[in-house]
Amino acid sequence: MAELTGHIGTERGGLAACPACAVAPAAEDLAARAAQVEGATLALSLPGIHCAACIDTVERALSQAPGVREARVNLTLRRAQVKADPEVSAEDLVRIVEGVGYEAHELDPGTIAATATDRAGRALLMRLAVAGFASMNVMLLSVSVWSGAADATRDLFHWISAAITLPAIAFCAQPFFVSAFAALRVRRLNMDVPIALAIALALVTSLWETSLSGEHAYFDAALTLTFFLLAGRYLDHRTRAAARSAAEELTALEVPRALVRRDGAEVQLPVAELRIGDLVVVRPGGRMPVDGEIAEGSSELDRSLLTGETRPVAALPGQAVSAGEVNLTGPLVVRATAIGRDTSLARMADLVAIAESGRSRYTSLADRAAKLYAPGVHILSALSFLGWFLWSGDLRVALNIAAAVLIITCPCALGLAVPAVTTAASGRLFRRGMLVKHETALERLAQVDTVVFDKTGTLTSGKPRVVNLGDLPAEARGVALALASASAHPLSQALAGALAAETPAPLSDLREVPGHGTEALLAGRRVRLGRAEWLGATAGDETATWLQTPSGLTEIRFADSLRPGAAEAVSELLAQGRHVALISGDAEGAVAALAARLGITDWQAGALPGDKAARIAALQEGGAKVLMVGDGLNDTAALSTADVSISPASALDAARVASDIVLLGGDLSPIPGALQTASRATRRIRENFRIATFYNVIAVPLAVAGLCSPLIAALAMSTSSITVSLNALRLR
Amino acid sequence: MDILVWLIPISLFLGGLGLVAFIWTVRSDQYEDPDGTSQRILSDQWDEHPKP
Repeated sequence: MAELTGHIGTERGGLAACPACAVAPAAEDLAARAAQVEGATLALSLPGIHCAACIDTVERALSQAPGVREARVNLTLRRAQVKADPEVSAEDLVRIVEGVGYEAHELDPGTIAATATDRAGRALLMRLAVAGFASMNVMLLSVSVWSGAADATRDLFHWISAAITLPAIAFCAQPFFVSAFAALRVRRLNMDVPIALAIALALVTSLWETSLSGEHAYFDAALTLTFFLLAGRYLDHRTRAAARSAAEELTALEVPRALVRRDGAEVQLPVAELRIGDLVVVRPGGRMPVDGEIAEGSSELDRSLLTGETRPVAALPGQAVSAGEVNLTGPLVVRATAIGRDTSLARMADLVAIAESGRSRYTSLADRAAKLYAPGVHILSALSFLGWFLWSGDLRVALNIAAAVLIITCPCALGLAVPAVTTAASGRLFRRGMLVKHETALERLAQVDTVVFDKTGTLTSGKPRVVNLGDLPAEARGVALALASASAHPLSQALAGALAAETPAPLSDLREVPGHGTEALLAGRRVRLGRAEWLGATAGDETATWLQTPSGLTEIRFADSLRPGAAEAVSELLAQGRHVALISGDAEGAVAALAARLGITDWQAGALPGDKAARIAALQEGGAKVLMVGDGLNDTAALSTADVSISPASALDAARVASDIVLLGGDLSPIPGALQTASRATRRIRENFRIATFYNVIAVPLAVAGLCSPLIAALAMSTSSITVSLNALRLR
Repeated sequence: MDILVWLIPISLFLGGLGLVAFIWTVRSDQYEDPDGTSQRILSDQWDEHPKP
């Protein structure tokens, strides 16, 4: 993977997949991961595989490698799990897979192990299966009762139903009972309280009726209710599990390793094993794994991920560096002063976790419905019980009617109303390259009227582009190309790319002066390309490099190139009538130029992380619902303050964690469409609530009047659940 | 109506058989890679089980 390290610092559009990109996450996590690596189950991400032949080729190549015991490709996850001897390293395996023609990246096994088998999902699926089995059998018996079975036959059928229902409910309805109990213990009502009560009451009255050879039993209702509700839970869980595993794969791609000089030799170590005082070697293009002080070497640092500033900062021995900065030109040796949790990067990320976030302030539509619904249902059921008990004086009749009311009103359709819609909408967004991580993200996205963008790495790709090529005299172009080609610095690379059509001038004695630029001799006279101070010029406000030729000095200015889809996204958001703002930590010139280019009138430059969050809080105070799109560590506070947040896949881990939605491709254009999908999804959820209420309005009076038979209950429940699901499917 | 004595246990048993089979498929990781499973039938490689 060493060949990747060269351009990671500049090209943040792709996935960061090199050891040097490791940005010191939590230390105890890392220790756990290191232990996993010893166990020698390696995981590779294989984004390019798609057919049976791919599976065969990769598996055969891997299992023939020395030391590999077993290799298994998972096509759904595009991953390979390899069991191997401890001495086999993931890099060897990556090379083998690349040798047979497939792209491969190492995955951190500790991070993905958590999602390898989805235990909670499996438990829900089992419960769903048992509930389905039991409800079908009981329904079969109930149909015979409804079609006229009487006397001993009816009693027998009811007893068999009871024998199936009781153990089935005891197993399947556990999640509802547990959740209802937990809510009641803290004296709250949630949606599960009426559900649990309805199921329990239905069972009690049905058993009582059966023992007295009564006519009506609600065993089938209790079971179908459980089945439909579990189906909703499972859909909900599946959507979130898929998003979570994809998000964790992004994290797992950044394997935290560092090159350390110990006892005179350079060794690769997991970041967790670093100690304070270690000499860490950071190659050009690599990211600082620790906080420290430069011991050797001089270079330039890209701090944009921390501050949003695009202009590189000079780095000299003795200077302090922070984890997360990218080394640009020369190799550096850094003496570690803080590692793991203690780095300023990790501390900043922690601050974000403490800050009150937009998502915790939001109450989901389902919760709001539950708040209205749960007390209403209980009061209604209690009133009908009291009314009937006072009027007829018969406890049995009154209890039966109360149970019927609870079953009819039980939020079966409500339980499906939200998950069915979010599953459909999240699936639709996922196909367009957006990963919805948080359950209420769609609802919050639907309310957005203000969109705030970060500049560096979000609207721009972090790749510089020459803006004043015309100022360069014709005879200087060849010189510039020859000098620029000799350096891996992002500005040099951009200049060389822009001048690719020229013929390089014949230079001699070409050398790179780390931290300054490149110099050479042209026909015996010195030519230089590099920093303004080095060439004796005064640095301006914009990102620029200077060229010194025998004929004089020329300034070559750069601007960040736009991320694909940025212009379309901004103009479409403006066309939708939303307010668009740009808040950046970068210098005023660069921000103003970009804002003018995209047609953004509301912009702010030189913003510190705290300023960004404060600005968003001020917008929210003015009544705006804010969507924040950002990628850097300096954005994380803003991302969590905003009502809803999006970050690109190339963002820092901390920023991705803080955001609700991750953009998987490098393209920003799906954002306006996502806002529309979200508002349509919210409309469907509201429609579903209305449909569910409509069925209740018809069936509840019947139940209260004592006219509701188990047949009517079953019909109302099934039709409302099916209508709600079909309505959600319209979103696809 | 005596036939019910036989039919009900039989129907419950058959349904239960299906349920047990489903639980077994979930327990033995058969839903871990639905895409891969559909592609692997085209492969001429043996899976780990019926080895020659």
